[in-house]
Amino acid sequence: MPMIEFKSVSKWYGSFQVLKDCTTKVEKGEVVVVCGPSGSGKSTLIKCVNALEPFQQGEIVVNGQSVGDKATNLPQLRSKIGMVFQHFELFPHMTVIENLNLAQVKVLGRGTEEATEKSRMLLKRVGMIDHAPKFPGQLSGGQQQRVAIARGLAMDPIAMLFDEPTSALDPEMINEVLDVMVELAHEGMTMMCVTHEMGFARKVAHRVIFMDRGEIVEDATKDEFFGTPRSERAQLFLSKILQH
Amino acid sequence: MNFDISIITNSLPYLWKGFQYTLELTVISAAGGLFFGTLLALARLSSIKGLQMTAAGYVNLMRSIPLVLVIFWFFFLVPLILQAITGAERPPQVGAERTAIITFIMFEAAYFCEIMRAGIQSIPRGQIHSSYALGLNYSQTMRLVILPQAFRNMLPVLLTQTIILFQDTSLVYVISATDFVGAAAKIAQRDSKLVEMYLFVALVYFILCFSLSLAVKQLQQKIAVIR
Repeated sequence: MPMIEFKSVSKWYGSFQVLKDCTTKVEKGEVVVVCGPSGSGKSTLIKCVNALEPFQQGEIVVNGQSVGDKATNLPQLRSKIGMVFQHFELFPHMTVIENLNLAQVKVLGRGTEEATEKSRMLLKRVGMIDHAPKFPGQLSGGQQQRVAIARGLAMDPIAMLFDEPTSALDPEMINEVLDVMVELAHEGMTMMCVTHEMGFARKVAHRVIFMDRGEIVEDATKDEFFGTPRSERAQLFLSKILQH
Repeated sequence: MNFDISIITNSLPYLWKGFQYTLELTVISAAGGLFFGTLLALARLSSIKGLQMTAAGYVNLMRSIPLVLVIFWFFFLVPLILQAITGAERPPQVGAERTAIITFIMFEAAYFCEIMRAGIQSIPRGQIHSSYALGLNYSQTMRLVILPQAFRNMLPVLLTQTIILFQDTSLVYVISATDFVGAAAKIAQRDSKLVEMYLFVALVYFILCFSLSLAVKQLQQKIAVIR
């Protein structure tokens, strides 16, 4: 059984179709990179996985549970899927450690001590333990994003979603975030990453999905994708972003 | 014209009692108004159409009627409503002071609603998304993430509204509640010392409100720095 399965997912904003019949899947332990030009629907697709965006047609099944099903306990399902956002979205009125503790205590029902222990362990892992008592506003973008990854991991997720995690970062901070993600991938975490970092894709991705105008145009293994992309659109996209 | 300052010093204990009521009315109305105003704001922003429209209707109604009229209406209506609820034979005696508190909470809720609504809307959507993504439900997201930020951002405006409320409470004079102005008016009329009493009351209001406004301005700059 795949960890995440998309079955003919379609979505409209009014009369404008943002997702067209998207079918793909992410196996357990697999790292899938989703790329494509801006406005191609890749962020929308990834946000459908934990129902941050509703979709009108098709089905998404996460770990055996249908996301769109009314009977599905969404908060519970979401708590098992970590998500990292382009703009970090740490809670600015809480310290770093409080950011990590909040959902552990309120959603998973852990005690504050147990949660703090878990949080400290994860902050150590992403190299942010010295910043635990600080507020997000006192951190750089790269540091905030590493905290955000730790916050997602604190929930012991079965999969992690990354929505352009390095797009809002200054160039010199991109690597510190990618390093954490690479390490995570090597540990066998199931990951779905919307990103333009092709270096990251080459290094750890198992599969690459290329989207354009709401469609999944290519869905190939990493070697196939970078070696011989079949579609013209993917070739064009790759030649544009790889020429430098 | 002879200005008799002794009338003020002599009546200070009575004025102080009125002033205490004014403070009480302001604090309770601000707290109650903020509480119900926040609920109204959440209703106005909810995706449930009926809730949205009911809240919007209430807020627009309250904001379109002069406060004096609202005070009058509630003065007559509150006993009747209570009678309807309790099924008593006669309308219960609520008293002007307590009626005023209920009135001001209801009235201020409309204004605090609009302030909190703006505050909630000022929080980026991503904050709601990241809360949901962690598994928090709607009420946890609002209570723990969105409202604390909205409240912090809007604190200067909320305080300014409270200063206005502090002045507006003097309108309870029309239902003969003895607030600060009411107390002064009673003595002024009893002893025919209108000038002294009203000047003194105005001076107190001015000093308090002006210095509080300055404090709010400073707070505003401090919040801007933190953000």
